[in-house]
Amino acid sequence: MRTGADIVIEGLLRAGVKTLFGLPGGMVLDIFDKLPCAPIEFFLARHEQGAAHMADGYARATGQAGVCLVTSGPGATNTVTGLATANMDGSPVVCIAGQVASPLIGNDAFQEADTVGITRAVTKHNYLVKRVEDLPRIMVEAFEIATTGKPGPVLVDVPKDIQQTACDTPFPAGMNRRGYRPDNDPDDQDIERLARAVAAARRPVFLVGGGVISGDAAAEFAAVAVKAGVPVVSTLMGLGAFPGSAPLALGMIGMHGTVAANRAASACDLVVSVGARFDDRVTGKVSTFAPHALKGHIDIDPSAIGKSVPVDFPVVGHVKIALRKLLEAVEPVARPEWLAQVSEWKARHPLTYDRSSKELLPQYVIEQIAAVTRGDALIVTDVGQHQMWAAHFYPYSKPRSFITSGGLGTMGFGLPAAIGVKAARRDQPVVLISGDGSIQMNFQELVVAVEHDLPIVVVILNNGYLGMVRQWQELFYKREYSGVRLGRDERHLNERIPATIRAAGPYRPDFVKLAEAHGALGMRVTRQDEVAPALVKALAAGRPVVVECLVRAEENVFPIVPPGKALNELLQGLA
Amino acid sequence: MKKHIITALVENQPGVLARVVGLISGRGYNIETLNVGPTNDPTVSRMTMQVPGDNRVLEQVTRQLGKLVDVIDVTDLTSAPCVNQECLLVKLAATHAQHAAIAALTERFGGRVLASQTDAMIVQLTGDSKQIVDFIDLLAPFRMLDISRSGIIAIARGGRP
Repeated sequence: MRTGADIVIEGLLRAGVKTLFGLPGGMVLDIFDKLPCAPIEFFLARHEQGAAHMADGYARATGQAGVCLVTSGPGATNTVTGLATANMDGSPVVCIAGQVASPLIGNDAFQEADTVGITRAVTKHNYLVKRVEDLPRIMVEAFEIATTGKPGPVLVDVPKDIQQTACDTPFPAGMNRRGYRPDNDPDDQDIERLARAVAAARRPVFLVGGGVISGDAAAEFAAVAVKAGVPVVSTLMGLGAFPGSAPLALGMIGMHGTVAANRAASACDLVVSVGARFDDRVTGKVSTFAPHALKGHIDIDPSAIGKSVPVDFPVVGHVKIALRKLLEAVEPVARPEWLAQVSEWKARHPLTYDRSSKELLPQYVIEQIAAVTRGDALIVTDVGQHQMWAAHFYPYSKPRSFITSGGLGTMGFGLPAAIGVKAARRDQPVVLISGDGSIQMNFQELVVAVEHDLPIVVVILNNGYLGMVRQWQELFYKREYSGVRLGRDERHLNERIPATIRAAGPYRPDFVKLAEAHGALGMRVTRQDEVAPALVKALAAGRPVVVECLVRAEENVFPIVPPGKALNELLQGLA
Repeated sequence: MKKHIITALVENQPGVLARVVGLISGRGYNIETLNVGPTNDPTVSRMTMQVPGDNRVLEQVTRQLGKLVDVIDVTDLTSAPCVNQECLLVKLAATHAQHAAIAALTERFGGRVLASQTDAMIVQLTGDSKQIVDFIDLLAPFRMLDISRSGIIAIARGGRP
């Protein structure tokens, strides 16, 4: 007898799912009961947030849906941050959640939560299954919606009685919903207008975003940029979409963008966003963004166009199709003065740091990771200073090689995401760059990497602070370090650790011991000359490794555009 | 601030209203009036909303609504040729001596007296927003006990659906 639980499994298999992340519980037992017979590898996360980030990491590394399976109530609510993270970055995650039996819904039953209500604002779409006959259709739609148009997370809430009910309703051949028709094919006239604008521009810039990566259009983008001879700036999410080493590449734009990218955006007469949504971290003060420029925007999401910046040349459609058409339409134009200008900015203001320092600096560690991996690893990050240094000092040349929580900025994303990435790409070295703040948010998932023999390398840049917050307090709050010290020294009175509480050392917890307690290899690095050997050893270890690097405490990320300022008002630090 | 009339055809399914309302309120926009009812296709409902805001804000609202899987079609009728109507029910404290005056005023606006009691009257008026507001203004001399407005419903002119 085929039950709702069988239909869920069949739906996963039909969607090509081979990998599943999750955590069981009372209201999802019937689905778990069927799992051992299915050809699906199951990763037992230790927290449902971890399961959601693992699915997200898997999705970002492959472009295919990443799937997590959790129970009702707290199981489902624990996925909310993971779903919101995927939602902001357009990552195709499918979350299957158990729910209390239909007659109990609304009764405040044990482990009941209004899961569709709670997740409505953080998913692309969600379903509460009310009739088992709807389940085959809903499973098909969930994967279709998650992976098409602008990708995003979909949650399916399956009450326990639905899982148990027999049903022989067949799966539909495909999705047919009158309210969901992604507008893939761009209008030819819009392409023509954009191409003419590019040809007419004297100082054009392309702004490449995560859409080029999720749309698998990196090759098309590079072809257009090279043919049109237009310099390229990238969002954080766009890193890897266009080779950072290319002559036309000016690096990252925005709050922590390069001088060249931010000056180019400020001076250009045309900026064309390709799969980037003019996020506030990209534009700086929006009224001053690219003030002399006409704006073009290619996006699959019509609501992204004109949302924050008025757009003169909109193109709605799949970025791959749009770029193919644009490649036909654009003409090569020589702009020697403009290219010389941006090249000069690029040459004169490279990203840099205090290279003469004898101290261990976080940027140095990242450069060493790049050297040891020859720039060929998949880099995953958490959120904060280390994330920006990872964006600055690792050369990304391929799409899906830089996996980071850009939109929501979720600390704790990194470790579970790295597990999802490695589960999908076992052939590739995966290095997580994290901080001592972020890593503590989901450290428990390290055991999953150990259990599944996923030899990820976790590099913790330990500066004893919630570093990015500390940097803001230093620069914008008169160095009032409130609530940011992770070590015990120099804390304010209201957060002081009494001397009677003896910590093991200046840094707590002991990440080396913590790694070992989880079955991973732990190493601690305190000097520059120890970094490369430790990384070589870690990458060759064949098992999960944590490399804790004790770095300079009060190092800052530069350049920085202060909040509310224009992109050309950046603070350069050392540059 | 200009008031926009947004009309949406949506799947007639549970939870769709919450999706639409949640999307609008979640982005900090205010819904002034809202009306939902079935259409001649029983699987489709029509929602009509009045949302104050400038054109750019409302363009965002309509595009965001259009992204919802359960929203089949969404239109901003504000500058389109359309008819829009609202229904008003008012309960007034009315002495016997006031009944005739209230009835006359109501009839002058094309409304109807739905109930007359010794101490109160209930009247109904259907009209566009201006008529409704004018009528309420003219009722000021009387004591209003209760008021219920349907919110605007609207339909585009012309020969297309």
